[in-house]
Amino acid sequence: MIIAVASGKGGTGKTTVATNIALSIGNAQFLDCDVEEPNANIFLHATIKEQEDVSVIIPEVNEEKCDYCGKCSEFCVYNALAVVRQKILVFPELCHSCGGCEMVCPKDAITWRERVIGRIEHGKTKDIDFYHGLLNVGEAQAIPVIKVLKRKINKKMNVIIDVPPGTSCPVIESISSSDYCVLVTEPTPFGLHDLKLAVEVVRHLRIPFGVIINRDGIGDNRVEVYCKKERIPILLKIPERQKIAFLYSKGIALANEAYEWKEMFGLVFNRIQDEVKK
Amino acid sequence: MKELTVISGKGGTGKTSITAAFASLAEDAVFADCDVDAADLHLILKPKIKKTMNFHGLKIASIDKSLCIDCKKCYVYCRFNAIDTEINLIKGSCEGCSVCAYVCPVNAIKMIDRDSGFAYISETRFGPMAHAVLNTAEEASGKLVTVVRNNAKHLAEEKQKDLVIIDGPPGIGCPVISSITGVNLVLIVTEPTLSAIHDLERILGVAQHFHIPSVVCINKSSINAENTSKIEQYCEKNNILIVGKLSYDTTITQAMIHERSVIEFSDGQLSHDIREMWNKILEVLKQNG
Repeated sequence: MIIAVASGKGGTGKTTVATNIALSIGNAQFLDCDVEEPNANIFLHATIKEQEDVSVIIPEVNEEKCDYCGKCSEFCVYNALAVVRQKILVFPELCHSCGGCEMVCPKDAITWRERVIGRIEHGKTKDIDFYHGLLNVGEAQAIPVIKVLKRKINKKMNVIIDVPPGTSCPVIESISSSDYCVLVTEPTPFGLHDLKLAVEVVRHLRIPFGVIINRDGIGDNRVEVYCKKERIPILLKIPERQKIAFLYSKGIALANEAYEWKEMFGLVFNRIQDEVKK
Repeated sequence: MKELTVISGKGGTGKTSITAAFASLAEDAVFADCDVDAADLHLILKPKIKKTMNFHGLKIASIDKSLCIDCKKCYVYCRFNAIDTEINLIKGSCEGCSVCAYVCPVNAIKMIDRDSGFAYISETRFGPMAHAVLNTAEEASGKLVTVVRNNAKHLAEEKQKDLVIIDGPPGIGCPVISSITGVNLVLIVTEPTLSAIHDLERILGVAQHFHIPSVVCINKSSINAENTSKIEQYCEKNNILIVGKLSYDTTITQAMIHERSVIEFSDGQLSHDIREMWNKILEVLKQNG
């Protein structure tokens, strides 16, 4: 079973929930798809054993062949190529590697080269098979890194995916083809507003989902009222406690700190299994 | 006219609450919500929309099956696997490159506009505001960020405001880069957790990569004193000014629930500290020419 943990709003506790579920059930695979800011390993402490670069291909223009006709830059919808007077400029960060420029070039002046934009790291911690992706600083496109990461999914295991915040392309890429999605929120107006956006995304992808309310007690009950009205199951409420915030700040997972939490997240997993069977 | 962007790397550190507080302190500013993925600033600023603009992100392929001769060239050449062997478009995968339309020998494929969202120009009780909504599962949030920033700049020129305050998205990728390129200063809101410290280092790297001066605010500093001093040491070593240290304070949440900025909601220590931070930021903006 593949479970994605997402949220819409950042900082609601995705990583807390994802790492604790993994630690509670054990014998699982963990993928941190928040490749812009991956934090799960701060809590899981996997020893990284393997690394693999993620590259994209970008065009290279042979200026001996190029006659600056501008067809390539005209074709490129991403503005990754520009012809200015007798010069051609390539903007690698903007390129989506579609291959169009090469096709339209009448002089065969375009070839391709690989460009590293990030990497995947793999390691183990107790019985968790751990992967995360890291987008290089200054790079714009998270999607290629997430795609390579998702190829590591081992369907024979229970897979937990830590999803980046937001609702756009990297989120869709991370969640798609999951069996269940956990949406983590907090009981505040921002939490509720972004939860509604996240609900739209998972409904759009037709993935069954439930909600975990983190920092329960800091705000109001509008999230619960909304979930009831929309018939969305609330899988767990994590209370607002200074102790929990402190453990989080030090990179200590709740499930490693107290048996009751391990049990609690184990129950969440059982509940998810039941929900998926429905 | 100057631009200040509030970012954080890690989500949920308090960007929007702090931006909203700045909105009630700034005397002559325009506000822009560039977290177009999950915009929240409007929940506090309550903008009255004056103008709505359709936003078309990248185009999308549209296949006319009645013309298709099933040569499968589009399927072969699409690098995004957005066309299956039965020549059906997989909408979510299409990145609008138009290679399929180019290779189709019978012109059965057209690139059409997709309605990706809306950009708004609004008025708030603190001044003009530019914001946007990206439709569910749409791409091109970086492009929409640029639209919002341009709208904010035009507003500033039109209304003769000398500052644009931008609420940025989390992360370090495309929408973040679009939110910070060319601005005069970024404020990075962090918190004393190992996760946020890790993310702070990465987001500072991005700001440096694009040569943008940065200052830091440590929010919820009382959660972990040891980590707070770690951040202070790190910033000192890297010559980054810490403009504010805000204790953990539930006033932030209370203000949010009452849909007010912290400054409007309370006169307490937190509001005092944010005021001081705001004055420091104005000074830095002045010094930066």
